Amino acid sequence: MDPRAKFVVIMAIFVISLIQTNVLALSLILVAQVPLIWIAKSMKRWGASMKGGFLLATLIFIMNFATGSTFTYSIAMTIRFLALLSSFSIFFMTTSPDDLGLALEEAHVPYTLCFTFTTAVRLVPTMATDAQTVVDAQRSRGLELDKGNLLKRIRNYIPILIPLIVSAIRRSVELAEALESRGFGLSVKRQPVTVLRMRKSDYAAILAAVALLMLAAWASIYAQLPIIEIHFELPRLWCIV
Amino acid sequence: MISADGVHFTYPNGNEVLRGIDLRIDDGEFLAIMGENGAGKTTLIKTFNGLLRPTKGQVFVNEIDTKKTSVASLSRNVGLVFQNPDHQLFCETVRDEVAYSLRNFGYSRDIVERRVKGILETLDLVPYMNSSPFMLSGGERKRVALASVLVWNPQHIVLDEPTIGQDYQQKDRLRNFIVQLNSQGKTVIMVTHDVEFVAECRPRVMLLSRGKIIGDGRADKILTDGRLIDQASLLHPQISLMFSSFNDLPHDVIDVYSAYTIVKKRIRGSRNVIASL
Amino acid sequence: MRIRHLPIIEIRNLSFSYAGAQRKSLNNVSIQIERGDFVVITGPSGCGKTTLCRCLNGLVPNFYTGDLSGEVLVCGKSIRKESTGSLSRHVGFVFQNPENQLFSLTVERDVAFGPENLGLVREETRRRMEWALKATGVEELRDRAPYELSGGQQQRVAIASVLAMRPEIIVLDEPTSFLDPKSSQEILQVVARLNKDLGITVFLVEHRLDLATRHSNRVVVMDKGSIVLDGLPEDVYNERAHLIGIGMPKVTVLFRLLRQDGIETSRTPVTVEVGIEELRKILRS
Repeated sequence: MDPRAKFVVIMAIFVISLIQTNVLALSLILVAQVPLIWIAKSMKRWGASMKGGFLLATLIFIMNFATGSTFTYSIAMTIRFLALLSSFSIFFMTTSPDDLGLALEEAHVPYTLCFTFTTAVRLVPTMATDAQTVVDAQRSRGLELDKGNLLKRIRNYIPILIPLIVSAIRRSVELAEALESRGFGLSVKRQPVTVLRMRKSDYAAILAAVALLMLAAWASIYAQLPIIEIHFELPRLWCIV
Repeated sequence: MISADGVHFTYPNGNEVLRGIDLRIDDGEFLAIMGENGAGKTTLIKTFNGLLRPTKGQVFVNEIDTKKTSVASLSRNVGLVFQNPDHQLFCETVRDEVAYSLRNFGYSRDIVERRVKGILETLDLVPYMNSSPFMLSGGERKRVALASVLVWNPQHIVLDEPTIGQDYQQKDRLRNFIVQLNSQGKTVIMVTHDVEFVAECRPRVMLLSRGKIIGDGRADKILTDGRLIDQASLLHPQISLMFSSFNDLPHDVIDVYSAYTIVKKRIRGSRNVIASL
Repeated sequence: MRIRHLPIIEIRNLSFSYAGAQRKSLNNVSIQIERGDFVVITGPSGCGKTTLCRCLNGLVPNFYTGDLSGEVLVCGKSIRKESTGSLSRHVGFVFQNPENQLFSLTVERDVAFGPENLGLVREETRRRMEWALKATGVEELRDRAPYELSGGQQQRVAIASVLAMRPEIIVLDEPTSFLDPKSSQEILQVVARLNKDLGITVFLVEHRLDLATRHSNRVVVMDKGSIVLDGLPEDVYNERAHLIGIGMPKVTVLFRLLRQDGIETSRTPVTVEVGIEELRKILRS
């Protein structure tokens, strides 16, 4: 799916989540994303990012509930957060950095910027491997990262950081040499070999997203969604605390 | 002694790199581990100092199971010199760089001073003692990395691709140095795919291919075995390629000097025969 | 009647020292390379080989600034006047480290990168990309990510990505340093094919003379910033070269030792094949 169309859909989900405060609606938005994730075959990674957001979600719930909002409302806000997190995760998980770069390029963002972005992303796994090698090399010289007080432990990272930084600089210089040698920056007008093409399904998705957005906007003003109020008997515990 | 017993290793991403390694390296041996890229050579040597622990099987260093000790304590006996010195250099001076490991191992200041000076002399690095390691040339940086491991005098020394990026003279010096280290009783293990370099040192050669040992023996037997060479994606030593075209020349010669001696003898011998007729 | 061609690379009295360096990396170097030559440059570390390479595509003096004197003309263009970018149309550069010269997420995109930079129309870029992938034998790798490939495959992709710009000259700076012997041999065979079939001039810096010599028609030995030997491999691999310290093929070393004992041969073998022939001759006599 074209990243631009995807972006429109995600933005629509984003706005709808913000408009709605009804628990049922927000739950619907979250649950509706699951089949999308299933199609994209990213269940595991989505699960991982959801797990990562769990702590923050709990924090949001506590903050809302403790400052006097109703239980239902707090749950709603938590679900809203999860829905937003989920939608952005889907976007980044299913869009390769290259496609993102292409989308930016076609949006007339200067090529040098697009390139910087995609290369930075592309270098992350390489830097990670480098980091592991440096850790291995220093451990082989007797470095013990898990020993000592806090100050010592922080200082122990210097023999890791410096070679990493040096390695990163060396890598960038070599990369720059290679880029120069292949004419980087020669022409302002580039015709990339791979083109993003919007297919009918992409346009359909955009239309559906916009339609849903308008529906949600109308509904929040005029329609009455079933309001669920869950009463939760917590106050007694609060008193004890 | 370093030994491995049914060692398997699988990386977290599911890649099984070592598939049943059984080996034994006695003290004072000189061994070259060879094989194509991806055969598992680097993974194997990382099990020798505990950086990687086998997912199946065991590795013993001086009869201690590597799963039961830390990398730091194993490293006292097994000095691993990594391929790229830039992955470890971080100090302001060469002297500090070389002293780093000794400080980690808790040696006293005078011992540190003495040992650092000693190893810098051995490796011709005294002129650079107070220079920044980052300002040195590639070959010099490699020597600093070597010095920083040798300084704590480990019993077993493991070198990962020591000849990469070295010119002819540097390789010559390196070879002499390695042979000298070995003659002093140190176990020297080098991972390399430089066939001609190994041909001149003639160590024990262990061939790795796809995580298994496919050959283990004297260099002149292993490096002249055509089938093994092909399986391990190596090239035949030039001398062995030449001699294998002759029925009356030995087929297990791999180094230049032996080849020269044999040819000379053959020619002198036949000349004597002719002269005596 | 012999038609005189202008040399494709002309270097006259070239001296260069990097900014802030004490000594000169290149000291009054003069050399002419003919179109279609396969030149192997070798010499001890620090002799100036890499600096010389950088002078050929403009990295010196544009990327690496310093004190430059003398003249370098590549396809008639002066490196003082042209940018590295514009010289890249004529000179392709393959670096030592396979990893850091490839940066796209697919091989195709890396190979297309150069022509895209030239501002070519999409169809032309695609055509060149296909041709380069085929010429280097990496078509089946087109959708793979470069950083997942082996060193040998990466170098082949690097050659393809340089080839796609249709240069007349390809400069390679120790391309086999990080490769295993078989991959090294394959890479050099690819380059030799480009030289033979397409007439591309090759400027190859190498230590592995046992693999590179067979493809070359000229060996240049450098030492301390100057060219000290230049000619056919069999003429260059002599006593003087040995004293400078270059990695001559073992075959050549063997016959050198025999010559010291008075055992002469009609020619100096630099490849195993010639070595076998000469050895047969002397054993028979």
